Amino acid sequence: MSDTLYENLARQTLAAINAASSESELEAVRVAALGKKGTVSALLATLGKMSPDERRSAGAAINGLKDDVSNAFESRRFALKQAALAARLTSETIDISLPARDAPFNAGRVHPITQVMDELTEIFADMGFTVAEGPDIESDDYNFTKLNFPPGHPAREMHDTFFLQPDAAGERKLLRTHTSPVQVRTMLGQKPPIRVICPGRTYRCDSDQTHTPMFHQVEGLVIDKSANMGHLKWILEEFCKAFFEVPSVNMRFRPSFFPFTEPSMEVDIQCRRDGHDIRFGEGSDWLEILGCGMVHANVLRNCGLDPDEVQGFAWGMGIDRIAMLKYGMADLRPFFEADVRWLNHYGFRPLDFPTLAGGLSG
Amino acid sequence: MKLTLPWLAAHLETTAPLATIAETLTRIGLEVEGIENPGDRLKGFVVAHVLEAKPHPNADRLRVCMVDVGTGSPVQVVCGAPNARADMKSVFAAAGTFIPGKNITLGQGVIRGVESNGMLCSAAELELSNDHDGIIDLPADASVGMAYASYARLDSPVIDINLTPNRPDAAGIRGIARDLAAAGLGTLKPLDAAPVPGHFPCPVSATLDVPAHLCPKFALRLVRGVRNGASPPWLRDRLKSIGLRPINALVDITNFMTFDQARPLHVFDADKVKGGLVIREAREGESIVALDGRTYGLEPGMVVIAASQGIESIAGIMGGQASGCDETTTNVLIESALWDASDIARSGRKLGITSDARYRFERGVDPAFCEPGAEIATRMVLELCGGEASELAVHVPPGFAPAPPRIIAFPFAETARLTGVDVSAQEASTILAALGFGVAPGIGPGQAQITIPSWRPDIEGKADLVEEVIRIAGIARVQATPLPRLDAGVARPVLTLLQKRRQQAQRALASLGLVEAVTWSFISQDHAKAFGGGAPALALANPIAADLSDMRPSLLPGLIAAAARNADKGLGDVALFEVGQVFLGSGEKDQRLNATAVRKGDAGPQGAGRHWAQAAQKVNFDDAKRDGLALLAALGLPAQNLQLVRGAPKWFHPGRSATLQMGPRLVLGYLGELHPQVLEAFGVDGPLVAFELTLDQLPAPKARATRARPRLEMPDLMPLKRDFAFTVDRAQAAGDVVKAAQGADRTLISKVTLFDVYDGPGTAEGKKSVAIEVMLQPRDKTLTEAEIESISRNLVAEVTRKTGAVLRG
Repeated sequence: MSDTLYENLARQTLAAINAASSESELEAVRVAALGKKGTVSALLATLGKMSPDERRSAGAAINGLKDDVSNAFESRRFALKQAALAARLTSETIDISLPARDAPFNAGRVHPITQVMDELTEIFADMGFTVAEGPDIESDDYNFTKLNFPPGHPAREMHDTFFLQPDAAGERKLLRTHTSPVQVRTMLGQKPPIRVICPGRTYRCDSDQTHTPMFHQVEGLVIDKSANMGHLKWILEEFCKAFFEVPSVNMRFRPSFFPFTEPSMEVDIQCRRDGHDIRFGEGSDWLEILGCGMVHANVLRNCGLDPDEVQGFAWGMGIDRIAMLKYGMADLRPFFEADVRWLNHYGFRPLDFPTLAGGLSG
Repeated sequence: MKLTLPWLAAHLETTAPLATIAETLTRIGLEVEGIENPGDRLKGFVVAHVLEAKPHPNADRLRVCMVDVGTGSPVQVVCGAPNARADMKSVFAAAGTFIPGKNITLGQGVIRGVESNGMLCSAAELELSNDHDGIIDLPADASVGMAYASYARLDSPVIDINLTPNRPDAAGIRGIARDLAAAGLGTLKPLDAAPVPGHFPCPVSATLDVPAHLCPKFALRLVRGVRNGASPPWLRDRLKSIGLRPINALVDITNFMTFDQARPLHVFDADKVKGGLVIREAREGESIVALDGRTYGLEPGMVVIAASQGIESIAGIMGGQASGCDETTTNVLIESALWDASDIARSGRKLGITSDARYRFERGVDPAFCEPGAEIATRMVLELCGGEASELAVHVPPGFAPAPPRIIAFPFAETARLTGVDVSAQEASTILAALGFGVAPGIGPGQAQITIPSWRPDIEGKADLVEEVIRIAGIARVQATPLPRLDAGVARPVLTLLQKRRQQAQRALASLGLVEAVTWSFISQDHAKAFGGGAPALALANPIAADLSDMRPSLLPGLIAAAARNADKGLGDVALFEVGQVFLGSGEKDQRLNATAVRKGDAGPQGAGRHWAQAAQKVNFDDAKRDGLALLAALGLPAQNLQLVRGAPKWFHPGRSATLQMGPRLVLGYLGELHPQVLEAFGVDGPLVAFELTLDQLPAPKARATRARPRLEMPDLMPLKRDFAFTVDRAQAAGDVVKAAQGADRTLISKVTLFDVYDGPGTAEGKKSVAIEVMLQPRDKTLTEAEIESISRNLVAEVTRKTGAVLRG
């Protein structure tokens, strides 16, 4: 055997390896060279029959040949595998422009009233207020009489009350015209100190752009031995700053009249109107946002409290109205029409839960 | 309540400008709702002199006028008014002037070939009256070129006060002036209410035939020999300035007194009243033609003033046409009376009459001003119409004593107690005195005895006096004071379980891709009945609309109707939910909080509408089941405690609906496909699936001592899976197969998954194939083949025993 023979075998085998165009062709070449009956294997087998001297010289050459062929084979196999993978990946190319389905939690919405109620709860819970609720169908006594609306008083008429049919005993229930009966229920049911907010549905027989026969109110009530109008003013200022998410607000208290508070006030908030945008804490317009006052001595007495022993204040405002002011809805009626365009636009994603730590509206 | 500065000046000596007055009114509780100057609408109208009026060359009815408008050079105007004539004074508007009566801005024009540079105007065009028969005819001395608004004294700003119902005294301009004077804006002028001497006894009798409280006082006086006609300009202007129509002097005087003094009066033409007056309740079947020309049916409970020929007036509300005063009146009866506020309110409401008199009587007129009001009115009648007054006959019910002045013991510290503002005793006393309260030293230091003026029926107690003090002293003096926390430290949780569940339910349902709606609490009676409601106890007596008449028994009708409305607008299929109240009865414990969701058409969990990757699928039972169970899981109700029982109320599809319950009795709600007939009644194309859960029904979680979770076991041994396929009756619930398999070995079988249900070709008649995958979790040693075989045999036997299923070969 001569070196030339080895070289020829090496050249032929390496050529065959490089010529292989697939892993299966390559495998055939490997078997032909390195398999049990392969050409390189056959050469290796000749080593056993050689003299030690022959073996010394030919051994290195034959083993070198085997190593060369093995290495060439491995690198060719790697190259072919890479090429095959590249071809597969190319063939797997897709159209990335096809639209994906919306995640359900992005498609769903909570109603702005829900969001605002959650915001109110966050703010007032921080100030130690619990949330009190009561039935929508109320007695005349809780909705009016206990709240110091004498029967036949013109203030009753201002409420445009919905009545139910009289029952067998002749009692005529009504749909609460404000959430104030919940204040009555709270005072009758728990001893001072009291700090509650009472959010809920309310009803008045009235309908136009800013009035719907059903709407939402939240009232607050504080009763203890020293709560006065200064505390009331502070709470309302703190609330407005937190709710409207502005560093400062300017509020104006005007004397007014409600049967259940004395003194009574209406509260305006300073703002700047900019198209349908309203900015608080700036500008020169005044916007009425709530009514409030010191709980009337008659109401305290009607709820079993002594007006010379305890005192307190209450306030009330429209949830829908403050939602409109904060989030810019121009009209109240669509709140209750369930038009999905409106709900998608003004509603909130379910994961946008308002927190004081994270900011109410993120 | 409206007022003008000149009218206010009749009662208040002040130099304050309009802006200060308006700002002060709002500050002291008489909220200014608006300030309007009627002159603003009359900008551009000037007094003009028609120099000549020639026939139009091309139109018989038109005239071509040359008009001096005060600019020096006469203007040519084409005019069609029949009264347009040379040398008259009228009102001219140049091109570019806005004409309120026509709601147009006047342009330059050529009328039938003749140029017209403006317009001569009728009163209707200025919206001053309905008179459009001719142009305004002004007196010859009207000053040419003067703005018509100033000439006609229509340029006083009108302040409109949004009067609260507790201030009847401020329903008169004098009351407003008193408040402004107390607020430091001037001095209240004296009022002359001295009695007018009577020359003869009042010849007309009056009999009080009602319970004393309904008419505590009735004062009557005859003035004979009056000449009634138009009021003098000052009075006409005053009435017109606040939007009232002058009628004749006698009527104008009563209207003047209503607004000037908040003292409604009535005048009868004495010659049209036969016999004496009787104050009594109306009788069944009686009626009256009132001054507004309308006929009102009366009934017992309504107080009237009657004479021999019938009813002359509805007490305190409106007079009758028959005895009204007109230009022919020569003898007039002036009535000044007191009526019961609630009775007037009730009668006025029943009759549907809103009059200026009713407004004041139902809020409370000053009981001490009955005679003074009559005296002031009499003086005006004598001044404006002449005549001779009788004595004032004052009738009071026998034994009826006027209530004594009310006195309140007032500790001055009360103001600081309620407002936090320290108003000194001296300042408080000054304020109260300026408002007409009597201030006398009280018992003990820091106390005063406060006498309530007769015109303030709203003042009942100490807090009312605090309001008087603070509104005049200035609410702006109240300083914001932090309200200390009840307990120091981190805020505690405040929500009840139900309130928290409500929040969680709303967020969870929206996370499922559902959109939250808020629908009316009242629905139509048909809809209420279709969903198990519609009981008479839950029907509104006065619904605002026929389809908002009954309290809802379920949230479904509102949501289904909402889905239908969206579809009608072409907005596609929707998935909506609501968490809100439903009403089982009118009792206070009959209200429930429900969480309800609907999915219509193709609005399944993947989202509505078509998608390239998957054909649009119609919603089905499984979608509702998935939503309902997902909500219960989100609210912390373990699924293994829930039972789904076939069947639901009649508004669901009988074969595709279920009741969700815990144990045999606790029903949490229903889910499934809506009944096709119900959908048809709503005009909705199905399918529509829904669930409705009653959140109040969900049990509270078990109370636990710590928040620590139970210890978790995570075996090291590999779980293994085996598949089983059974043939079972088609009616057999596949869920029972799963349940039976789970029950076969509670220790080792960790999970059973139903992965195939098939009843197509190849299955025997009436049978179906159910395939499950069972996961075995070895606990402390690897399972041998024999053990696995034994578990499998038990499992098959258990499934067969419970469901009749046969293992497929």
